[in-house]
Amino acid sequence: MTDKILSKDQVAAFIDSLKKEYQVFAPTEENGKIIWAEANSADGLLWEFSNTTMSPKDFFFPQSECMARFKNDPKAEGGMIMHPEPELERSRVLMNIRPCDAKAFQLLDRIFIQDEVTNDVYWRDKRDKAILVGLACNNPCPTCFCTSVGCGPHHEAGLDILLVDLGDSLLVKPISDKGKALIDDLPDAKKVDKDKAAQLKKTSEASITSGVTMDNVNKRTVLELFDLPYWDRVSESCLNCGTCTFCCPTCHCFDIQDEVKGTDGRRVRNWDTCMSWLFTVHGTGHNPRPTKKERVRQRFMHKFKYIPEKREGEIGCVGCGRCVQLCPVNIDVREVVNQMNA
Amino acid sequence: MENPYLPYPVRIDEVITETEDKNLKTFKFVFINPGDEEKFSYRPGQFAELSIAGKGEIPIGIASSPTEKGFVKFTVNKVGLVSTYLHNMRPGNVMGIRGPLGNWYPWEEMEGKNVVIVGGGFAFTTLRSSIVYMLHPENRPKFKDIKVVYGARTPGMLLYKDELKEWEQRDDIEMHITVDGTNDPDWKYNVGYVPPITEQKITSAENAIAIVCGPPIVIKMMQPVLAKLNFPPERIILSLEKRMKCGIGICGRCNLGDQYVCKDGPVFSMAQLKELPPE
Repeated sequence: MTDKILSKDQVAAFIDSLKKEYQVFAPTEENGKIIWAEANSADGLLWEFSNTTMSPKDFFFPQSECMARFKNDPKAEGGMIMHPEPELERSRVLMNIRPCDAKAFQLLDRIFIQDEVTNDVYWRDKRDKAILVGLACNNPCPTCFCTSVGCGPHHEAGLDILLVDLGDSLLVKPISDKGKALIDDLPDAKKVDKDKAAQLKKTSEASITSGVTMDNVNKRTVLELFDLPYWDRVSESCLNCGTCTFCCPTCHCFDIQDEVKGTDGRRVRNWDTCMSWLFTVHGTGHNPRPTKKERVRQRFMHKFKYIPEKREGEIGCVGCGRCVQLCPVNIDVREVVNQMNA
Repeated sequence: MENPYLPYPVRIDEVITETEDKNLKTFKFVFINPGDEEKFSYRPGQFAELSIAGKGEIPIGIASSPTEKGFVKFTVNKVGLVSTYLHNMRPGNVMGIRGPLGNWYPWEEMEGKNVVIVGGGFAFTTLRSSIVYMLHPENRPKFKDIKVVYGARTPGMLLYKDELKEWEQRDDIEMHITVDGTNDPDWKYNVGYVPPITEQKITSAENAIAIVCGPPIVIKMMQPVLAKLNFPPERIILSLEKRMKCGIGICGRCNLGDQYVCKDGPVFSMAQLKELPPE
C-alpha cells in the first residue's frame, strides 16, 4: 500500500469527509488534562502531546456499561428476563491515538474474543465499528518504555492508519484495508517525505532509553516468580488504590452488578481492580488474595508472566508509562519487572 | 452470534430441602424457551451461573446428569445475597441460567478404568451428576468398578438421601457412606472422617482414577491417603471453587497463575495444580 501525504491545512476537510460516516474522536486539552473528546473540526486537535491521561479503553470497554435490561416485576408478562442492550449505532474513528494504545487493544482482542464461548459481544461490536488512526510519537516521555515490550513510538500493530507528523504535513501510512479505503484520494507521499518519517522513527526509538528486561522472567517458571521474596518489599509501599489499573490500557478486569429502580432493572459491568480485597473474596469469607502482597503480585504476574504464558509470549503491557506517572507512591513497573528478572 | 452473558430463562419447577440445617436446597429448573435445553448441553463436572435479575449471579456446579432430560438441577448452599434470595424463591418463579461453563471430569480418559469418587460435605453435587451419568445403562459398560466414599457431619447433612439408599442396594456401584458422628442407634453405615474411611475401603489405585471434591481440609487430608494408595498426581482429579463473575475467562479474578478456574477449570488434576500458585 502506498504512503500518502496530508497537509495540515487539509486536516479539517479530511475530518469533514470522515464525519459523513463516522463519529470522530481525538485527544484534546481541557482544564490542563489531555482527554478524548469528539472532534467536530480540526480545531483543538493536538499535534504535540505525550498521551491522554486516561487510556482510550473506555471506547470499547466503558467504565460502566449496561449489558442487559429487564422488567423488574415478577408478575408482569416477560418480567425478570434479561434482554441485551442494542448494538452501537454509529461507527467511530479514533484519530491521533498513540501506537501503544492501539497495540493494547489488539492484545485485548485476544482476551475478550477467544472462541465460541468466550466471545464478548459488547467488546466485539465496538471494535468492529472502529477505525484507529494513529499518530506516531516523535517525542516520547521519560516514562515511555514501549520499545522494550514489543511496541514502539511508530508501531503499526492494531492501527488502520498511521500518521507521522512531518511539520506542515502528515505522512499517512495505510495499514489495514479499512484504513486504505479512507485515504485513497490523498496524494502519494514523495520520497523525501518517507525518508523524513523514517528518520523521525529512528530518532524517536533511540530517545527511549528506559525499559524492562524479560529474559529471566521468560525462563523462570510461574512458581519461581510467584515465590520471589521481592513481593514483600514492593507491596509494602503500595496503597492498593487501583490508580494503575484505572489508567492502564490493558487492564480489563470487571465486575457485574444488577441495578433496579422501580420496575426498571439492568445488569451492568463496571471496571474492577485486582488491588481490591473484595475482588476475590469468597462467599464463605475465605480470600485467596488476602493481603496487598498477593494483590500486587497478581497485577505484575498477570501482565508479565500469565498473559505471555498463555498468548505465545505476548506481554500484557505496552509500555505507555501511565502507571509510572500516576502511582501516588512511585511504584515503577520497569523497576518491578527488572527485579522479577534479577 | 450468541451473547455469552445472556442467561437462558428458566422456571423453578421444584425445590427440595436436602439437609437438616435447611441450608442446602436442590432446585429443579425447566427451560422456558423451547430449544434452550438442547443449547445447554453439558457434561458432568461443568457449572453454570444461576442468574437472578436484580440480585446477580452465582457459579454453581450442575447436579443433574445429561442423561436426565427435561430439567436441570443445582444444589445451593445458603451463603450470600444471591443464594439467600434463591432459597426464598418458590416453584413457578422465573430466573436465568447461564452456561454450561468450564471443563468437565476427564470422561474419555476414565473409560475402561476403575473410578473412585470421594466427596466430603456438600461438595457432592457434580459427583451426583457423575454417578447418575455413569450408572445410566448406556454408559455403565464404559467403566469398570465404581467406588464411592461420601461423608457428611451427620446423617441429616447428607445430600440426595433417597438416591444414596438406592445406590447402596445396587451391585454395580460400591457405596461407602460415612458421617463424622451420630446419636442415631439405627445408623447402619460408617462413622469416621472421609480420609480414614477411604484408606480402609479403597485398597488399590490400579487402573483407577480418583475424583475428589470437598472442603479444603478434606482435599488436604486426602493427599497422603491417595499417595499411600499409589495414585499418581495425574490420576487424582479435583474440582475448584473461586469467586467468579464472567465465567468465561475474561474478568480476571478466578485465576491460579495463568489458568482461569472458570474456563480452564474448574476440573484440574493434582499434577496440574502442583505447577500452579497455591492461591
